[in-house]
Amino acid sequence: MKTILAVDDSRSLRQMVSFTLKTAGFNVVEAVDGVEALNLSKTQQFDLVLTDQNMPRMDGLTLIENLRGQLAYRKTPILMLTTEANDDMKAKGRAAGATGWLVKPFDPERLIAVVNKVL
Amino acid sequence: MAIDLSQFSEIFFDETEELLGDLEKLLLTVNLAAPDPEDINAIFRIAHSIKGGAATFGFSELIDITHALESMMDKIRRGDEQFTGEHQEVLLQSRDVLKMQLNGLRFNTLVDAEKIAAVKMVLEAMIDPQVLMSAPKVFNAITEQSSAGNYTKCFYIELPEMAVKDLDALSEELSLLGNLIRHTDYAKKSTILELVTDTGEGEILALCSFILEPDEVKITACHSGDGDSQQAAKPAKPALESEDDLGFGFFVDLDELSNEEKPKPLPVIEPVKAEAAAVSFESSTIRVSVEKVDQLINLVGELVITHAMIAKRAEVLELSQYEKLLNGITQLGQNSRDLQEAAMSMRMMPIDVVFSRFPRMVRELSAKLGKQINLVVQGNTIELDKGLIEKIVDPLTHLVRNSIDHGIERPDIRRQKGKSEAGRLALSAMHRGGHVVIEISDDGAGLNRAKILEKARAEGNLVADSLTDDEVWQLIFAPGFSTAEVVTDLSGRGVGMDVVKRNIMSLGGAVNIRSIEGVGTITTVSLPLTLAILDGMSVKVGEETYILPLSSVIESFQPSADHIKEISGQGSVIYVRGEYLPVLPLFEIFNTPSRHLQLEDGILVVIISEDRKAALFVDDLVGQQQIVVKNIESNYRKVPYISGATIMGDGRVSLIIDVGDLLRRRYTRSSFDSSRAIA
Repeated sequence: MKTILAVDDSRSLRQMVSFTLKTAGFNVVEAVDGVEALNLSKTQQFDLVLTDQNMPRMDGLTLIENLRGQLAYRKTPILMLTTEANDDMKAKGRAAGATGWLVKPFDPERLIAVVNKVL
Repeated sequence: MAIDLSQFSEIFFDETEELLGDLEKLLLTVNLAAPDPEDINAIFRIAHSIKGGAATFGFSELIDITHALESMMDKIRRGDEQFTGEHQEVLLQSRDVLKMQLNGLRFNTLVDAEKIAAVKMVLEAMIDPQVLMSAPKVFNAITEQSSAGNYTKCFYIELPEMAVKDLDALSEELSLLGNLIRHTDYAKKSTILELVTDTGEGEILALCSFILEPDEVKITACHSGDGDSQQAAKPAKPALESEDDLGFGFFVDLDELSNEEKPKPLPVIEPVKAEAAAVSFESSTIRVSVEKVDQLINLVGELVITHAMIAKRAEVLELSQYEKLLNGITQLGQNSRDLQEAAMSMRMMPIDVVFSRFPRMVRELSAKLGKQINLVVQGNTIELDKGLIEKIVDPLTHLVRNSIDHGIERPDIRRQKGKSEAGRLALSAMHRGGHVVIEISDDGAGLNRAKILEKARAEGNLVADSLTDDEVWQLIFAPGFSTAEVVTDLSGRGVGMDVVKRNIMSLGGAVNIRSIEGVGTITTVSLPLTLAILDGMSVKVGEETYILPLSSVIESFQPSADHIKEISGQGSVIYVRGEYLPVLPLFEIFNTPSRHLQLEDGILVVIISEDRKAALFVDDLVGQQQIVVKNIESNYRKVPYISGATIMGDGRVSLIIDVGDLLRRRYTRSSFDSSRAIA
């Protein structure tokens, strides 16, 4: 079973993502911000990282950069969940090394569809 | 696979409420002179999180304000604008509006649309000052759900980016045709209107063409002809083509991505049954109704009583013969008490729930009165029973308000008196014995002894100048003591203090004042941890067993004749540890037959409440035990000197003595004044 790391500082969104993905048959580990996600990434190999952009302590872009710096995560798909899917944000996401993006709000079906595309 | 998002509503509401609480705290502590960028970021994130959640879970009502807040904070975050008191004020107002909207969604409470519109307008003006000039009458019908109409058709109307006032005007027009729901995609700056109506596509297009070119508008029919807007309310439903429009995209070629890894077949997703999924869904909290918790507590209470009954019956058993059984019973007792404690703890809430409302109140009141007040809060993690928390809000608010209103002086007066210009108001909670003690202290003017005495005399009370300070302060708790006219005169304390005291006493608590004129006042409220269980001492008078709350028992002893003194016609006093205490024979109070009439034959129990002491004369001590308090008022009626009842191990009902009430009533009788004279 594939394991996905879901990073979001909002409890409700984290649970929604987690629930949705679990329903679709994935293993999900939750992290509340970039720092926690980065720590988790060192103890466990995730098959996919889904991260919010705006978070305290460490934001999504910095997390992606840091993950890409680790050998184990150079090829791992990383998706950004963001409310601001403008060109600027996309450019930044691409530069940081994100695999793709998904705009918030999204409904569960779309999340599953996108995740299935990368996994 | 359909996933019901409504299951996350409660989590979202809880989270939003927490975030709004955090927002308020941040706003009240933010340093206006040099705001910490981290604070500004945190405020931005709160608006962002609420907006994101609201959009995801379908609470579009919350989006307008949070979106505006987000834009405003973004400007400040980027350094385009300075964070000022004006921002702080509008943020506080927005917080209130969001809270009102949240409560509206959550509890169906009244939502003041005008207030929302007003705050929204101010926000928009702050983001873009030009908007103020052209701001249209704010369109409030965004969320008018189709609960009333029986419309047969449903359309999605996709609109391009357009001016807010045009959008509002168009929405208003369209809403006349039926029920309109507006979905704004802030990322794409486009709007999708969902219209449940009877009119046709042509008429809608005609309306739109007042403002837009026909080819700018895209109208699609939603499949639900039954007007089921709940189902149709997904903004993503209209057929959209490109990936960008679908709201996602990839920076890399996905085939490449999977090729680089070892080739693998597409994962076969096994359909997971809903039940299985629900089990795997972990959450750190679950919401349970208070009734269920109370029912559990009641049942556990019965269990404790049953244990006590068994233990009582087992007392006659020979220890050597029934050792294992008796050990088992003891163990059961321990377990059921632990269980009871665990059940009770579910009703406990941190006192912060009450304390957290005060920073705002202090800020607003002190601004209004032109005072400077530093609020210090301590012990806000101390837990209290939910029922107590709810009932303590009003009395505490009253006391804090009094401190601000009448305690702490204005800066100029404070300067004259050689005090710092900013007054100090401290709120603290702490455990003391089986009680939680809440202190409200200020370094203000203190109480004015002379004026209180004067006022008391004017009210026709006979008060001697020799009264101690404590006794004088007690006067302000007298019903009707205070009148509006006194407020200004006598530093206002006493306004409704009788009500405060009565409320606190009805919770089994006590309130006390210490004050030094010119230095300050400390008001102490002491409350029991919980209302439902009590450590009690059971005492016997004749055939009756009564319970004394252990917290009000100091000691018990068999008196010796030479320590007893008779005061002619006014009962006896007993000499205990250097003081004379009045003796209250319990059989006299309850008019019940007693085995002993001579004090030397029975037992004296020294009881205390609110610094008043007395020795209660009983036949015998039975023992100490935890008892479950059963309300007597709701089952029978209020009985003097009695606070409740409990069921004993042998199945009999015992009355719980209200020590405070007993001492209060007895002390007002003149007979005990003479005992003081001796002391």
